[in-house]
Amino acid sequence: MPLYRDEAVVLRTQKLGEADRIVTLLTRRHGRVRAVAKGVRRTGSKFGSRVEPFMHVDLQLHSANNENGSGLDIVTQAETLGPYGEAIAADYSRYTAGTAVLETAERLTAEEREPSLRLYLLVVGALRSLADGEHTPSLILDAFILRALAISGYEPVLSGCAVCGEPGPHRAFAVGSGGLVCRDHRPPGAAAATPDGIELMLALMSGDWANADGVEPKVQREASGLVATYLQWHLERGLRSLRFVERSLVERP
Amino acid sequence: MYEGPVQDLIDELGRLPGVGPKSAQRIAFFLLAADPVDVRRLIDALTEVKDKVKFCSICGNVAEDDQCRICRDERRDLTVICVVEEPKDVVAIERTREFRGRYHVLGGAISPIEGVGPDDLRIRELMMRLADGTVTELILATDPNLEGEATATYLARMVKEMGITVTRLASGLPVGGDLEYADEVTLGRAFEGRRAYSS
Repeated sequence: MPLYRDEAVVLRTQKLGEADRIVTLLTRRHGRVRAVAKGVRRTGSKFGSRVEPFMHVDLQLHSANNENGSGLDIVTQAETLGPYGEAIAADYSRYTAGTAVLETAERLTAEEREPSLRLYLLVVGALRSLADGEHTPSLILDAFILRALAISGYEPVLSGCAVCGEPGPHRAFAVGSGGLVCRDHRPPGAAAATPDGIELMLALMSGDWANADGVEPKVQREASGLVATYLQWHLERGLRSLRFVERSLVERP
Repeated sequence: MYEGPVQDLIDELGRLPGVGPKSAQRIAFFLLAADPVDVRRLIDALTEVKDKVKFCSICGNVAEDDQCRICRDERRDLTVICVVEEPKDVVAIERTREFRGRYHVLGGAISPIEGVGPDDLRIRELMMRLADGTVTELILATDPNLEGEATATYLARMVKEMGITVTRLASGLPVGGDLEYADEVTLGRAFEGRRAYSS
C-alpha cells in the first residue's frame, strides 16, 4: 500500500527542516498518523493552508512502508473538506477550547494507526460546532472531553454510586473511583458536586444543549473543574493547553 | 568514531539545526584542514555573537546596545508599530523598504498545545508602549498560519478599547504564481481583500 487516501483532521504541526512540517493527523480509517508535508512553509505552497491545525481534509498519503510500520508518511495531495481553522482562529476563546480538543484527541489515541472512527467523528463534530459558534466554546470542550472519555472506556458514573451502585443523588465526586460516590464509599479528598453541576454534565454527555446552554457561569465552572480533573487523572499527565482555555462567558454568540 | 577532540567537534556540530552526522563529519574535517586564520575568525564571530548581542529593551529585536538600530533611528515614524513574531521577520520587512515605522518582536506566537500562552510573549511590553498615546496604528504582521492568526486576534481584542487603528497584513496570491494552484483559503482571502484598481 504505497499510496492511500483518507479523510483526516489535523491535530498538530511541527516544523521540520527548512520549509517542511510534520503533521499529526487523526484519520477516519487509519487512526492517528504522523506524516511529512513538504514545502508547506513556503509562501507559494499549494496546500500550506490545508494542513494547518483544525482543518478537515481529504488527503493522499505515501506510506512509509517499513517493516515495523513506524516512520513518517508523506502528504502528496490535500483537499479541504471543512475549513474550520479560520473561523476558530478568529475568536480567541474558540481557539483555546479548540486546541484543548485537539490535544485531548491526540492523547487519547495512544497507539498510532489504530482506527478510532468514533473519536474521529466526535472531533469533527466538535470543531464544526466551534467554528459555527453554536454554543459557548468551553461547554463544547467539556462535552467533547466527557464523550471522548466515554468512547475510550472512561465514562464517569453520574447516576448511582460508582462503587456500590446505590441510586443517587450523591454529592461527592471521586475521580479515582470513577464518578459520583455515596456517603459510605466517599474517599477522603473527594470533590463536592452540586445537583446543578451533575445535571449539566449529564446534559453535556447526552447532547441536551437546550438545558446546557442556559446554565449559570458558577455551575459551568464547577462542571468544567470536575471534567478537567477527571480527564487529567485518566491521562496521567496534565493537558498543556487546558490552563489557557478561556472560561469567560461574555463572548457567547 | 574518531579520537577525542575530533569526535567532540563532530558531536557539537551535529547538534546544530539541519546538520546530520555526515554533514557534521564533513564540516569537522573541513575545519581541520582550513587555514588557522579562517578558523580564528569563526571562533571570534561565535564568541562575539554570544557576548555582545542583546535584545533591544524597547522592541525586543536583536541589538548590539541597549536599543536596536531601528529604535535609535529618530527619522522613523513613532506613530506606527509593526508587531512580528521573530527578529527574522523584522529583517524580511526591512528588505521591502516599504515600512518606516518601528517594530515590536513578540518572541513567538500563542500556541497552547506547545504550552505557550500570552504571558510567555512580550505582550505586556507592547501594551506599555501603546499606553502613552503616541502610537496611532498597530500593524499585526504575525505569520499567516493558525497560531499567527490567533495571536493577531488576541492582540486586536486587547487594544480594541484604546482607540488605535489595528491593521493586519493582507493575505493573497503570491506574485508570479498561477491562480489555479492557489488553495481555497488563500484565494478566499485574496477575494476578501481585493481593492479598487486605479490606473
